[in-house]
Amino acid sequence: MQLTEKHQEYWRKNLVYTAILLLVWFVVTFVEAWYARELNSITFFGFPFGFYMSAQGSLAIYVVIIGIYAILMRKLDLKYNVDEGELE
Amino acid sequence: MSSQVFSHSAFNSQLKKYYGFYAGGFIAFVILLAIAEQMGMSRRWIGYWFLFATIGLYAGIGIMSRTSEVAEYYVAGRRVPAFFNGMATGADWMSAASFIAMAGGLFLGGFDGLAFVMGWTGGYCLVAFLLAPYLRKFGQFTIPDFLAERYGGNIVRSIGVISAITCSFVYVVAQIYGVGLITSRFTGLEFGVGVFVGLGGILVCSMLGGMKAVTWTQVAQYIILIIAYMTPVVWLGIKHTGIPIPQLAYGYTLQKVTELEKKITADPKEQEVRKTFADRAAAGRAALANQDKAYADGKAKVEKDLADAKASGDAAKVAAAEKAVAAYPKDVVAARSIWQREAGLQARTGGPRPHAEAYPGKDEKARDTARLNFIGIVFCMMFGTAALPHILMRYYTTPSVQQARVSVFWSLFFIFLLYFTAPCLAVLAKFDMYSNLVGSSFSALPAWAANWAKVDPGLLNITDINKDGIVQWAEVVIGGDLIVLATPEIAGLPYVVSGLVAAGGLAAALSTADGLLLTIANALSHDLYYKMIDPSASTAKRVTISKVLLIFVAITAAWVTSLKPGDILFLVGAAFSIAASAFFPPLVMGVFWKRANKWGAIVGMLAGLGICLYYMMRTYPFFTNMGVPKMDLWWGLNPISAGMIGLPVGLVTIWIVSLLTAPPSKEVQELVEHVRYPHLAGDAVVSEAR
Repeated sequence: MQLTEKHQEYWRKNLVYTAILLLVWFVVTFVEAWYARELNSITFFGFPFGFYMSAQGSLAIYVVIIGIYAILMRKLDLKYNVDEGELE
Repeated sequence: MSSQVFSHSAFNSQLKKYYGFYAGGFIAFVILLAIAEQMGMSRRWIGYWFLFATIGLYAGIGIMSRTSEVAEYYVAGRRVPAFFNGMATGADWMSAASFIAMAGGLFLGGFDGLAFVMGWTGGYCLVAFLLAPYLRKFGQFTIPDFLAERYGGNIVRSIGVISAITCSFVYVVAQIYGVGLITSRFTGLEFGVGVFVGLGGILVCSMLGGMKAVTWTQVAQYIILIIAYMTPVVWLGIKHTGIPIPQLAYGYTLQKVTELEKKITADPKEQEVRKTFADRAAAGRAALANQDKAYADGKAKVEKDLADAKASGDAAKVAAAEKAVAAYPKDVVAARSIWQREAGLQARTGGPRPHAEAYPGKDEKARDTARLNFIGIVFCMMFGTAALPHILMRYYTTPSVQQARVSVFWSLFFIFLLYFTAPCLAVLAKFDMYSNLVGSSFSALPAWAANWAKVDPGLLNITDINKDGIVQWAEVVIGGDLIVLATPEIAGLPYVVSGLVAAGGLAAALSTADGLLLTIANALSHDLYYKMIDPSASTAKRVTISKVLLIFVAITAAWVTSLKPGDILFLVGAAFSIAASAFFPPLVMGVFWKRANKWGAIVGMLAGLGICLYYMMRTYPFFTNMGVPKMDLWWGLNPISAGMIGLPVGLVTIWIVSLLTAPPSKEVQELVEHVRYPHLAGDAVVSEAR
């Protein structure tokens, strides 16, 4: 079918969400790992912070941003009328 | 539509009820065995009970879910709710390596081991944002299916099939190895017998019911593996941190570990042992540098000792000296392996590795190389995760696109539970050993240490090097697998919990092997046979062929496993690097860049895969020892991270070659639009036409 302007807009917004969440992912993964030595000089709940992030913090953030993505996309689907109906 | 709403939610709540009963039943089973143990059931029988009860259970689920419907067989009828698909993915994902080896890797490697923890969880972000929803909308049966439809033609499909089989096969060998190891350790069966008992469990399940049976078995396996992993850690956590959620509180235990490390490093007795190792290593190196002379000198020395002893007339001395002469290596070649072992003691001269320190190294350059390799492993594990066909396939099985998105969330949640526990277990076990094993007397070792040192010197070896009767940390050698296997005993739990841990490890290995074997058999039966050889084959014939191939592949994999090839961790790492290099670029560009075309995909996949394999072959000792010319590492990057080179090469090649050749057809561009929207007017017609 021919895509409308609204469809294009849906896809653009999807790309923006994806890019922002991937940026968070990149920071808590690679930027964190790059500066792990420096972060380790901070203490957080008894942990050296770099160790804490690699062992727990970043992992928890991964879970959360995937959850956020699912919620945001659900809303976007409904708003732009491309959802699949009540198939839950 | 309303009846569908009802059926999906009714199905979901029914499943929750069944699995609730099942989890309760399993816990009751463990409690019954615990009572039986108190009443005198032997360890061997507890092992048998766990082995046969759990394999029987998986087989039972397999028989109940038997099917010969194509959609049921390949994608479980596309009605697995997000929550349960999450659990199934968790079990599919967590292999013997995650369950048994990971905590040990963290124990030995400290911070460095966290690369696997991050890589094997963070990859799900890529799955969630870049692949799962789009593959679900595409809605076919295999990953090569998507590549073939998107890029057109059998060349792309064939490369996809070959890559899927290569990485899944490498990975499945590692799993079957784990199955053999666990069954042989806990039941005393032989390694080979253990492999085939486990294989029987895998086959009954996946052969009868394909994806449908594998899915429901994997949910059951997840429940067992998570109970098995958590029980001893919670117990050990209460012992050392005082709260039942040690994951939150082990930071303070880590501080104590760091204190103890400093104490051990400075301790004069420890230094004495390390000095002994340093001297022996130096002597070994000296002998290796001048082998003939060292051999002749050594021989002359033992002979002179014998002559001296005879002259002194002391019978005991003579006997000892005669023994030394008899034990002296018969030629230089035999002596060389001893010297090499002695020179290798250098590794034990360093004192305890600081657990929390990131990238330790002797100078700035060594530290930077350590950091690069940490990031290399994180990178390859993440992108490999997002490209392993047996994981991506799971997202074909949910009822809708939105359910696929939610399902990635549950998948990672269930995986997270185990992965954020493993580093905690490593720290708790280390604290226990530093405070209870180090400094204990050789005549009164902690019970678990005495037991394991006797049963398996490969996993735990304690030798009184400086003959002071006290255990120094430098005198202890630990194999990584010990940590998970021995934790129940370290925590002072009854043997039934050790059996439970074994059952958990078995569940982890079997569930992953199930998913992988199914992926290989489907690639062969669906992509190769149905799509390329005989498109007119009836559905019944396709499913039958898939089942026959499954047996064939399983037996081949078991045979390769029995040859015991190489290092398991490298095998797993290689599978990830291969998947990342071959699949990730064409899959993601296929969704996000309409202009990507057939030739871009072909050349890109070959280039990515080729450079990845080339780098591994030229740098990994297993291949270079077989005669492949060795080359230097690029930027010091280890061969396991070859995907860090292969993936960017693949992406750039697809981009350049696509731009140099004609854009894809209008139909293909419409397919890309189709997968980008969960629902478009006119979709129903499209999906029926397919």
